[in-house]
Amino acid sequence: MNPELLAKYEPVIGLEVHAQMLTKSKAFCTCSTEFGAPPNSRTCPICLAHPGTLPMLNENLVRYIARMGVATNCQIRERSIFARKNYFYPDLPKGYQISQYETPICHDGWVEAELPAGDFKRIGITRIHMEEDSGKSIHDFGVDTLVDLNRAGVPLIEIVSEPDMRSSDEGYAYLTAIKSFVTYLGICDGNMEEGSLRCDANVSVRVRGADKFGQKTEVKNLNSFRNVKLAIEAEIERQIGLLESGGTVKHETMLFDANKGITRPMRTKEEAHDYRYFPEPDLLPVTITAKYLEEISKELPELQRVRRDRFINDFGLPKYDADVLTVDKAMADFFEDAISNLGLKSNDLIKSISNYLMGDVMRILSENKTTIQSLGLEPKHLADLISLVADKTISNKIAKDLLPELIGSKLSPNEIVAQRGMAQVSDEGALRDAVKATLANNPDNVAKYKSGKTNLFGFFVGQTMKAMNGKANPTLLNEVVKEELEKL
Amino acid sequence: MVSAFETARTINTKYNCFLEVFEDGRYSPLPGKLNGMTVAIKDVLALKDARLTCGSKFLENFTSLYSATCVERLRLAGAVFIGKTNMDEFAMGSSNENSAYGAVLNPYDVTRVPGGSSGGSAVAAATGAARLALGTDTGGSIRQPAAFTGTVGLKPTYGRISRYGLTAFASSFDTVGTFSRTLEDAAIALEVMAGSDPHDATTATAAVEEYSLGLKKDIATLRIGIPKEYFGEGIEPDIREAVEAARKKFENAGCTIVPVSLPHSKYGIAVYYILTTAEASSNLARFDGIRYGKRSKDSETLLETYVRSRSEGFGPEVKRRIMLGTYVLSSGYYDAYYKRAQKVRRLIKEDFTKAFAECDALLTPTTPTTAFKLGDKVTDPLAMYLNDIFTVNANIAGVPAISIPIGLDRNGLPIGAQLITNDFEETNLFALAKEVITELRIEN
Repeated sequence: MNPELLAKYEPVIGLEVHAQMLTKSKAFCTCSTEFGAPPNSRTCPICLAHPGTLPMLNENLVRYIARMGVATNCQIRERSIFARKNYFYPDLPKGYQISQYETPICHDGWVEAELPAGDFKRIGITRIHMEEDSGKSIHDFGVDTLVDLNRAGVPLIEIVSEPDMRSSDEGYAYLTAIKSFVTYLGICDGNMEEGSLRCDANVSVRVRGADKFGQKTEVKNLNSFRNVKLAIEAEIERQIGLLESGGTVKHETMLFDANKGITRPMRTKEEAHDYRYFPEPDLLPVTITAKYLEEISKELPELQRVRRDRFINDFGLPKYDADVLTVDKAMADFFEDAISNLGLKSNDLIKSISNYLMGDVMRILSENKTTIQSLGLEPKHLADLISLVADKTISNKIAKDLLPELIGSKLSPNEIVAQRGMAQVSDEGALRDAVKATLANNPDNVAKYKSGKTNLFGFFVGQTMKAMNGKANPTLLNEVVKEELEKL
Repeated sequence: MVSAFETARTINTKYNCFLEVFEDGRYSPLPGKLNGMTVAIKDVLALKDARLTCGSKFLENFTSLYSATCVERLRLAGAVFIGKTNMDEFAMGSSNENSAYGAVLNPYDVTRVPGGSSGGSAVAAATGAARLALGTDTGGSIRQPAAFTGTVGLKPTYGRISRYGLTAFASSFDTVGTFSRTLEDAAIALEVMAGSDPHDATTATAAVEEYSLGLKKDIATLRIGIPKEYFGEGIEPDIREAVEAARKKFENAGCTIVPVSLPHSKYGIAVYYILTTAEASSNLARFDGIRYGKRSKDSETLLETYVRSRSEGFGPEVKRRIMLGTYVLSSGYYDAYYKRAQKVRRLIKEDFTKAFAECDALLTPTTPTTAFKLGDKVTDPLAMYLNDIFTVNANIAGVPAISIPIGLDRNGLPIGAQLITNDFEETNLFALAKEVITELRIEN
């Protein structure tokens, strides 16, 4: 779209984020929340809504949402109640979802989102409330729709932001901050692709300088960080295009089509809901005492920005490294775990671990679309590998070759190096013999070298290294080659 | 010797009070304080591996995977389960004519209703088919049929007995209770079933008393409140006289009689039918034809599956209440109906709190009339609803109440008196009831 047109309008964006809580059991029964179990194997009469069953509140859900509320500067209500949100759907066993309506447990908070330029913007949080997830309807089995209720009743929190964002970048930055909070608090794994973090965007545009917000639409189906950004951009452009051609924006729900990069309206039939909210009579109000909040504050873990600063100060990491390593709590945990396994904790070695993680390891992660937790690489093995380079047992080159082999390996790098005889040769006698052999095998090049072609020095080093299967200590090899060439 | 199960089957052929009488020996008693007491279970309560129909076609073939807490506690204390009793569909009704499995007949006059919704349990207890029959009381569904069948009908405090395993009609009103011929059986059963339950967050932690000791308690120091709103027009003269006689008995026993007022009582029926239908419309949403129960054949679409399964599975009264409840919760009407009714509910609760500052128990008729004829009120839902005029307020306020037989009217039909106390004062209910009860025994 014409940049002048884009500049004429100001987008206004608010995000609604659902985060699946990492409690062991469901919100209102004792069924496991384990992901990937056989369909309907994690169900009981309660989450199947059999007659006579009643919800039992999982106390950890309250604990987790209180953590999020405290961490995001929210007001926490002393007394909040659950409400029923009534609608029929095959994956909603009770015919209503237990949620919160008029009294969300957390409200009026804020987070600081870090923008691409490195400055921060405060984004208001309207409310955070507790609710239960629905099951899954599976439509790709011929004509039948199948229902899997393993997810039915898994606890969620919904985080609703103020309409404080003015660009897709700000939306992205806010979502990044939310992910960082939930993962650092240990309440959600933050995986958008698997649906444990879900996001809907409320988007409107107004002519710059206008007082009132434009008509908003809700954009759904945003299943990755990238798609959140792209969908917001697509919807902004659609709305501007509509307004510029004399049309008006309607209040409707849009779906993002990631293949075409456009948003299109959802069928309006599905919007005509009257949820008939009313207080849930089967559960008592949730009361939060000052003492409880004090406990929660005490158990709050170190959050991302604090940890990043600590990485810079304690380990001498550049800010860039500290940022990259702390975005994902699991990566930062891995990094620190590896450091604790270093024999010698010098800043050089720590930086070396950082380089390996940001380079080879992250490349492997993105190639295999996996996470550091499920990769199968032991932090200790990475630390050992780097120590082997540091004490010159192996070269950096060998270390890089060895890294992929450590994934899923029971053997430590030391054991692999020993088993395969990969240790560097630092024995001067052995090196000298090898160099002599190289010189003896290449009389022509020796002659050229003597006649002044000194750039053949590298050739002799390379040939010797090759003959020794790359295991020669490179520094020592250089010295010996130099000495032997001088003797000629 | 004729087994209890066989006796129950014979009685059932006369009055249609059971939906299922269990095979002889299906349940044998564990050792315990109930010592083999025979118990009939209203078919709205879950018993593991037994059918649970709630008097509805919708659940015709549904078998429960678990037992209600109250049922399990009785089993562990030595009860023998005789069968599941007939009832108004999903406990909605006051005559037991709303059962999908046929009306229950009143053993005092088979042309009359036994009351509802726990009519089957009332008749099971009245006829001795079971010594104890479990019922549920949302607006009078134990006390009104108890009055019509000459039995003791106890509705304890809301939260006194766990609702886990009670198919919900109106969650904030539903209360498990009992029918029996004697106060002793009601008291011992309450001792067994009462108490907090992790499966029901609304159960109370208040200590469970030895209610049977209440039967020996001296009542001379207790004050009996006579609420004027419960003695207005429309009460049959025989009932008025019998309750007046009960009042005199209390006076003779040394009780102080105190006139009291519950000024918001007249709003009870309106509040009740707004709030209970609202909750019911949500509670019955799970009967959707997807996971269990009725699923209409030949439905092409999801919407058709919902509409047809529910249209075919539910009877007219259930549909009426679901529609009423859906209406009062709808956007635009919520404030005018649901929210307003909640406010009046608080006023009614305050009425009781104030009254119990002046007295220890209230004495009222249970019903304005004795058992009416089958078919008399089926075409007039409002007349049917007004049958609960004296019973609904105890459910609105959550306070405990009991209906006890105090004699027969000129047609030989039982008359019930109601006693109401403050929360968790069931002991006083038993002590006072003992003073005025006339135990009745219908011959089969």
